[in-house]
Amino acid sequence: MKYLGIEPQKPKIAVFDFTGCEGCQLQLLNKEETLADFLSAVEIVCFREASSLCSDDYDIAIVEGAVSRNDEVKRLEKIRETAKVVVALGSCACFGGVNRLKNEFDLKAANKEVYGKDPKETINVRPVKDIIPVDIEIPGCPVSKAEVESLICHVVWDSPFQLPVYPVCVECKQRFTTCLFDIGQMCLGPITRAGCNAPCPAGGIGCWGCRGPAVEPNYKSFFAIVKEKGFSDIELKERLNFFGAFGEVNVS
Amino acid sequence: MLFKTIKKQDFFDVFLPDTQCIGPKKVGTNTNGKPIYQFLPFSSFDEIDLDYDTTEYSAKTYFLPYKETLSSFSFKDNDWTQEIKYRTRPRVIIGLHPCDINGLIKLDKVFEKTLFPNPYYITRRQNTFVVGIDCKEPCDGGFCSSVGANTVTHGFDLFLTDIGDRYFVKIGSDRAFNALQKIKTSEITKKDNEIYLQIRNKFEGSFEKTVHVENLPNLLDIEFESDVWRKWGEKCLSCGACAMVCPTCYCYGVTEHISMDFNKSDKIKQLYSCNLNDFAQVAGGHNFRPEPATRLKYRYYHQHRGFVESFGQPMCVGCNRCGRVCLAGINPTDVISDLQREQKR
Repeated sequence: MKYLGIEPQKPKIAVFDFTGCEGCQLQLLNKEETLADFLSAVEIVCFREASSLCSDDYDIAIVEGAVSRNDEVKRLEKIRETAKVVVALGSCACFGGVNRLKNEFDLKAANKEVYGKDPKETINVRPVKDIIPVDIEIPGCPVSKAEVESLICHVVWDSPFQLPVYPVCVECKQRFTTCLFDIGQMCLGPITRAGCNAPCPAGGIGCWGCRGPAVEPNYKSFFAIVKEKGFSDIELKERLNFFGAFGEVNVS
Repeated sequence: MLFKTIKKQDFFDVFLPDTQCIGPKKVGTNTNGKPIYQFLPFSSFDEIDLDYDTTEYSAKTYFLPYKETLSSFSFKDNDWTQEIKYRTRPRVIIGLHPCDINGLIKLDKVFEKTLFPNPYYITRRQNTFVVGIDCKEPCDGGFCSSVGANTVTHGFDLFLTDIGDRYFVKIGSDRAFNALQKIKTSEITKKDNEIYLQIRNKFEGSFEKTVHVENLPNLLDIEFESDVWRKWGEKCLSCGACAMVCPTCYCYGVTEHISMDFNKSDKIKQLYSCNLNDFAQVAGGHNFRPEPATRLKYRYYHQHRGFVESFGQPMCVGCNRCGRVCLAGINPTDVISDLQREQKR
């Protein structure tokens, strides 16, 4: 079928895992009601959670996880050479994710704490875009399957792919969630990119910012509000650093 | 207008058990120990509290849903079909305050009594039985009396005022008159009128917040470049919460959602806010209002200037939901007072 004169593509997709929990890859296989259609819309040539086969002939590379070893750097460079489109999937790939907490510590000490007498080769955690150019980012811990499906429509039909520019507050309001600040909790919702449909605040947990900043967040005003509500700089910093998505934002 | 009185306990017998009812439900308590209410579906009348002061959200979403499928397309071979569905299932909303009913009257002007009536809105509005109730005292920061939204004479089916053990009832529609046949009603006595007016006068005199909006459209034009906008704009988080809770903000965006089998597509309308970063971004990427201060200004311009030009009254009903929801403390009475001070300087 042609739509608006556009011939659909059946792109070859490869999924690669780097430093992360593989939860975002699992999300690719989630949402059973559309899973069969999802899998037949594309040709998956490499995806270890779905098939043991793996080919180097692919158009789109979906990269999950952050980079935390030198061999990962080389692997990423190879992927970039092969793929026409590189997609960073999830908060680890986009920002470094929870792994990035390691960067706050001395690398040797961190290594010893985790691996004891059997240390591993390790480097500071970096997001994918620090190593190679990334074409599309889908943030989230885990990613939303709806956004992945929208990406698939984009690569098959060339339909627009856009993440919401606005913060999580819009989605909280649209599902009748009481503002977490009203009940005495901190929430990064006002500066974090929407698109997740705000499940954490709806469940009574303030936003931890896994999707990274909304477009042009008003940090200055937001930090002043957080302090006025009685939260300390340390609490705020810890939350901002949790997924590594807010980089070097200065809270004072 | 027909007036009656009814015993409070009789009132709830008016409604059919199989009709969906929406009312003010307590959903929690805020850090100041005050109850938080929302308009939500209920199945038993003891789940709602008609003495509530205000709700966190307006009841707008029952008429203008935050998300609504405008049309669905199915593709087959080289052809396509379109399906449009309107929500027609009857619903009862109980406990709307005058601000919210005035909000509906304003939305009626935009979506019903206009050159391009909106069938999605009209079917919901006409199939909703609206029961209003007078406030007992002004809500936190509410300034409805300043914008003429503290009383209401139409736009509802029934309107109640609590006069002790009974409700003083205004009957606003044929269907409300018919519905009341099921219960015992009493004619209004002279004494009832006195009690009613006494209660209302006491209420009218108890507003702490007032703001003069008479010359506001002109003032807004004069103060277009005012520093007041920068001052409040610097605080604005551009989060859109104000527009989401507002009973009258109706701006929206439409996006296309293609099904994963590529055989269907939905056109989905989502309520948006003029404070959101890309509200005025156009094809090609240019953003006409890139600064939060400009976007905030235009929200006030639509509410207090543009709408007045089109409909002869402000869009704002003075419920101050936007002021209460705003983490940055931006609220209409302070912003408007600031502008008025600016002019006097």
